[in-house]
Amino acid sequence: MSQPILNVRGLVKRFGGLLATDHVDITVNPGEIHALIGPNGAGKTTLISQLMGELKPNEGTVEIDGRSVDGLPTAKRVGLGLARTFQITCLLPDYTVRDNVAIAVQIRQGHSFRFWSAVRREKALAEEATHFLATVGLEGRADDLVANLSHGEQKQLELAVALATKPRLLLLDEPMAGLGHVESQQMIEILRELKSQVAMLLVEHDMEAVFALADRVSVLVYGRVIATGSVDEIRDNPEVRTAYLGEGDELC
Amino acid sequence: MTLFLEQLLNGVQFGVMLFLLAAGLTLIFGIMGVINLAHGSIYMIGAYAGTWVATETGSFWLGIPAALTAAAVAGVAIEFLVVRRLYQRDHLDQVLATFGLILIFNQTVTILFGRQPLFVSMPALLDGSVELLPGLFYPIYRLAIIVVGLLVAVGLYLLINKTRIGMLVRAGSTNREMVRALGVDIRLLYTLVFGLGALLAGLAGFMAGPILAVQVGMGEQILITTFVVVVIGGVGSIRGAFFASLVLGIVDTGLRAYLPGLLRQVMVGSEADALGAGISSMGIYLLMAIVLLIRPKGLFIRNS
Amino acid sequence: METSLKRPVLLASVVIALIALPLVADATGYTALTSLATRVLIYGIAAASLNFVLGYGGMVSFGHAAFFGIGGYVVGILYQHYTLGEPLLGFIPGTNQMLITLPAAIVISGLMAALIGALSLRTGGVQFIMITLAFAQMLFFLFVSLKTYGGDDGLIIRRANELPGLNMRDKQTVYYVCLAVAVLFFFMLWRLVNSRFGNVIVGLRQSERRIAAIGLPAYRYKLMAFVISGMGCGLAGALMANFLRFASPDMLHWTKSGELMVMVILGGVGTLFGPLIGAAVFIVLETLLASWTENWQLGLGLILLFVVLYTQGGVQALGARLFGRRA
Repeated sequence: MSQPILNVRGLVKRFGGLLATDHVDITVNPGEIHALIGPNGAGKTTLISQLMGELKPNEGTVEIDGRSVDGLPTAKRVGLGLARTFQITCLLPDYTVRDNVAIAVQIRQGHSFRFWSAVRREKALAEEATHFLATVGLEGRADDLVANLSHGEQKQLELAVALATKPRLLLLDEPMAGLGHVESQQMIEILRELKSQVAMLLVEHDMEAVFALADRVSVLVYGRVIATGSVDEIRDNPEVRTAYLGEGDELC
Repeated sequence: MTLFLEQLLNGVQFGVMLFLLAAGLTLIFGIMGVINLAHGSIYMIGAYAGTWVATETGSFWLGIPAALTAAAVAGVAIEFLVVRRLYQRDHLDQVLATFGLILIFNQTVTILFGRQPLFVSMPALLDGSVELLPGLFYPIYRLAIIVVGLLVAVGLYLLINKTRIGMLVRAGSTNREMVRALGVDIRLLYTLVFGLGALLAGLAGFMAGPILAVQVGMGEQILITTFVVVVIGGVGSIRGAFFASLVLGIVDTGLRAYLPGLLRQVMVGSEADALGAGISSMGIYLLMAIVLLIRPKGLFIRNS
Repeated sequence: METSLKRPVLLASVVIALIALPLVADATGYTALTSLATRVLIYGIAAASLNFVLGYGGMVSFGHAAFFGIGGYVVGILYQHYTLGEPLLGFIPGTNQMLITLPAAIVISGLMAALIGALSLRTGGVQFIMITLAFAQMLFFLFVSLKTYGGDDGLIIRRANELPGLNMRDKQTVYYVCLAVAVLFFFMLWRLVNSRFGNVIVGLRQSERRIAAIGLPAYRYKLMAFVISGMGCGLAGALMANFLRFASPDMLHWTKSGELMVMVILGGVGTLFGPLIGAAVFIVLETLLASWTENWQLGLGLILLFVVLYTQGGVQALGARLFGRRA
């Protein structure tokens, strides 16, 4: 089997006395969607933040393509092919939709110490941005301000911005959260099509989406991975049922 | 040796004065996320109100309630009329609005009291010196300041660690949302904290009266030093403010006392004095730079 | 898109008006107007420099007077060594040539900004404000204690720096030099704001977290912006020292930092020409209030409070709202 694109071993994060991440091991293989599910407060977002280098773990190691990234700042990790979306959308509100994507393209190119020529006249940047917007179906809103987008469109834009960094592994933090049924279906389609290009770690509450997309599922409870397996294995795992799926009613 | 001890005590005395201001400032930053430049103005208001009443009545002691009342009233008024509108604004608006308050207060005080500094004489009870150790005479008034400052520190410690309000204050300085979630009347808590900070600033202002000149601009000078205290101690940390105040007080006093003398051994007297004074006034800022290099968030905030 | 045509026309008319200003001032007998306009231009440069980090970059620096003062002192100190004929530190000859002093002022204030910025930018928010203020205060005390360069009293520059072919003793000439520098400065600032660099700086203000997540190491870009901004203030300070023929610790006083911020907010945060308008409003206001009452700071404080609490976006936005159009 080929080397996993993401390899996390023994990751620990403590907040005071609280173990937010409890010796987590997790891998994502090339071409795979690995879903991470778990009740609220299980430490999913905390895990993503640690993978991105926004939060420092207390113990453990993270490898991208077999290379340890421990201690590397976020920017370096993005350079190695990591990208994330935010559960609570984190976009540039004063910029247009296209600007939001174009700035990601610009930063990927690495030429941001340019002080003279007008960035919005760079055709290549705008075209590439439009291309990524088309991938998520937002090309029609390219000139709108982010503030004028619906919640669902902002979620799509989150994805387009992440894609513009040309990641090899996408960390998706609840891309379906707050979406209506139609929008969710749309997002599932988009992700399914992207699957051939980029591996994903998908944090999600929407079980329908998880079961539709995931190759493997891991269950995180109180910072600990209690089970990993195929969709069917997880569905039938009694421990998961009591710990998580049993509470499904109040969650959704 | 006695000279050294005397300077040490002077440093502690300056330190507790700084603490009285820094405690309020750091709480206001920590809990409300507001930067309040007018904190120095409250210090000045306390000084003027107390000194004026003490001079008019001839009783130093009547100055104390006057200073505290004026400072608390000014503080609550500032919170109610201006700062309350700024909680949701960005820091820039907060800086500018409270900068406007400084201009207003300074000019109003100038109109009321003129540009000449006011002086207040010490009460007979606290005048004179006491022999602490054989050969070490120290002014009673300065000792009294130290005692008051330490009492306030103990009082704050008890208030914050042993009472319900203190619990809310502690929770608020680490997690603002949590306090809101607890269903506490956050406005009342804010006004209380602001009033308490103002009270302490006013007290410091009045106590400074007999040692320093009471004049317009006195607040800003000490305010900037207090900022350094808050940065070194860590925003929101009373404990940090206390230790940073004492360290800064001692370092600043020590540099001023000894540096010109040391420099005079290698250069001409007048130049040594000027350079020594310059470096001494820069000392606390250099200390801040060093702390920033090692612990950017301050000494008493854990880096996560 | 009628604005695309309106703007160049408006700009051209403003520049023409500024060129004509000294002539009008002389013709009407208001010669003081030229001096007033020179100050507006110089403070406009300083405030716009501050606005680059503050308005565009979202870094609330409360210590920019430091760079303004350093710019002034570079001119003053070089001039003093020129007149005394003894080199600075034994090897740097003094000079009174503006073509040397202005670049020197820009470089030195840029270096200081790099030093102060490198430390201050390790934190953010409230701490950043306090730290920039504190470092400026430190430099204030440094210059107060430098008796060789006038200490408290400041440094008198007997004659403005020379420019080949120009009579810099003439106030009008100084005005035109400042105007030329200002035009060049605002043109460069306009390019900068709209460049790739400006793009990430404006992005960082909106969400540093987002910009980091798409792979930008924010610190070095913020530092660069801080340095550029310090250089602009240094340039303004050098011009001011030439205009006043005086450099003093007052240029670095913390109230000066405050005044620069006031100009920025009066004119409109994060707009290209807002700070210039703000500088004009501030200086005219100051002059008017001061001629009317010696307690003019009271009026200024009240106006500032009003502007912050009740207008969003300064005079430009207020005007826009009054006249019912978008700024």
